[in-house]
Amino acid sequence: MTAIPALAVEDLSVEFRTRSGVVKVLEHVGFSVDKGETVALVGESGSGKSVTAFAVMGILDAAGKVTSGRAMFGGSDLLALSERDLAEQRGRELSMIFQNPRTALNPIRRVGRQIADVLVRHGGATRNDAPQAAIAMLKKVRIPDPERRAEAYPFELSGGMCQRIMIAIALACRPALLIADEPTTGLDVTTQAVIMDLIGELAGESGMATIFITHDLALAAEYCDRIVVMHAGHIVEAAPGRALFDHARHPYSAKLLAATPGETVSLEALASIPGGLPDLRRPDLPPCRYSGRCERRTEACDQPLPQRIVGDHHVVACWNPL
Amino acid sequence: MSEPLSVSTPGPLLDIAELAKRFTVGGKQGLLARATSFRKPVAPLPQLYAVDEVSFTIARGETVGLVGESGCGKSTLVRLINRLLDPTSGSIRLAGTELADFKARAFAANPHRARIQMVFQDAGDSLNPRYTAADAIADPIRRLKKMPGAALAARVEALADMTGLPRELLSRFPHQLSGGQKARVGIARAIAVEPELLILDEPTAALDVSVQVVILQLLQQLKRELGMSYLFVSHDLNVVRLLCDRVLVMYLGKIVEQGPAAEVFADPRHPYTKALISAIPQADPAQRAGRLRLGGEPRSPIDPDPTVCRFYGRCPKGTPRCAEEMPILHPAGSARQVACHFAT
Repeated sequence: MTAIPALAVEDLSVEFRTRSGVVKVLEHVGFSVDKGETVALVGESGSGKSVTAFAVMGILDAAGKVTSGRAMFGGSDLLALSERDLAEQRGRELSMIFQNPRTALNPIRRVGRQIADVLVRHGGATRNDAPQAAIAMLKKVRIPDPERRAEAYPFELSGGMCQRIMIAIALACRPALLIADEPTTGLDVTTQAVIMDLIGELAGESGMATIFITHDLALAAEYCDRIVVMHAGHIVEAAPGRALFDHARHPYSAKLLAATPGETVSLEALASIPGGLPDLRRPDLPPCRYSGRCERRTEACDQPLPQRIVGDHHVVACWNPL
Repeated sequence: MSEPLSVSTPGPLLDIAELAKRFTVGGKQGLLARATSFRKPVAPLPQLYAVDEVSFTIARGETVGLVGESGCGKSTLVRLINRLLDPTSGSIRLAGTELADFKARAFAANPHRARIQMVFQDAGDSLNPRYTAADAIADPIRRLKKMPGAALAARVEALADMTGLPRELLSRFPHQLSGGQKARVGIARAIAVEPELLILDEPTAALDVSVQVVILQLLQQLKRELGMSYLFVSHDLNVVRLLCDRVLVMYLGKIVEQGPAAEVFADPRHPYTKALISAIPQADPAQRAGRLRLGGEPRSPIDPDPTVCRFYGRCPKGTPRCAEEMPILHPAGSARQVACHFAT
């Protein structure tokens, strides 16, 4: 493949200092997103999906610390940029859609102005022509009656419409990289489908790279080129969506698929994943953080994790893959 | 325990007939304005038709799914059946007893309260943070059944065993429990007073898939053991398909389609049901052909025109007839009903 990576995350490790010890939230996380490509980060709560996104965006909580790694984006390392340079990139080149649009939008500013603000700050628009450009953005995300809706406050709009406003803000300056953190959680399936189609279309138009964070495997498979499966701060498998569904190689990915109600015919056919996440504060965490829950565990699992290439764009971090 | 409230009658457990709830929406005419405007007659205030003459039944031991987008009236309907809200008109009969006559504000102390219980969406938010798990489970028994202390403690432990909650967690507070454990407390509390109908409002929406599976299987098992009926409200159509015998599809206060879950999912007849089912994410590209996407915004539920189909304007079919005559729910096949002029 000759695709150019828009973002290359290498060896990213993040720790959180808490009163009860240091939590190793991410360890040696590495993946890349090409121009125009959509990559899904999937996993259960606590797997490190959102922390990965926050680290790349430079918006980690003050207790969080990047202990190693790089995030190469447009020739510079995002993790090494000063706060000032990063603020310049965010909004223009880097954009993020948050999980809950109602809390992410400013509740006391009209939505049209919120879009205009971004255009003025990052998009080179003047205060005079920004309102018109904001209305054009609203049209683009298919908000009916955009002139009137631009004057609305977030509480006057439905959840699906607020999410479209968030998307309009995120895409206003045609970013090179979009991070969407569970953008459709809490929305109806019909609205979800429309929002996902919209992100896909806009990404296709401008060649934007997208990182899509979700816990819905079927959604990831439908809309993303590749799926990266995370477990307890490790990437356990990365594969094209279809390949993962047809033949998941990591035992955890397989269990996750078996627990997802989809094409399954009966409730009895679904299986839960035994055990829970390991305590990430433990100083003696095993190299494979899934080994405590794994049925395929052998002595080899005490060795540092391998990165095995098992197919086209298909990598698995397991000594005993399926 | 006191004498049984339900005599086992033939016919359905729950029989809802022409149940309606309309809310008055303020507009600019406040009470004062209405009281002081002597000269000109005041126009009636606008009415929001949240639930509009809905009829359906739930049989004993049946699981009925209720689906539809936010704002379609699912929650209002649930609150009416659960007697947390008084209906504008219509009847709610539970095994022959008319519940619509009881006032919602006094229903908490009504002996019939024990017969319908509810499992809420977010177990974390619906548990009292200052109650231990044991207190939370014992609370409805204390309020609705007279039970001496020792028997109560034994009952709470039995309920913990039934719902798979380890007994040693009974002394913990909600913040010391995981999401799955809180869900179990929410279920144990709801079944503590031996309800005949259990209403489940998105009981697994906040859980990870692996925990969701366990909770769904637990619900299935409890239904078999205790012979309850379920009304299951969910956004997740894949879960509805797996758990429910029958499914009701709601759109803007009306039921637009109902029937056996397997049939409705395999062959949806109403255009809205079709759109809903084609919006389910599919990993398999072969399943994505011929999908239906809804444009436009839903019609306003405030004083809707009784002659226009509620789905008109968003419906890909939308003919002039749909704007002149509201389709009524009519039989389509043996056990199915659809409210569309073009569905047979």
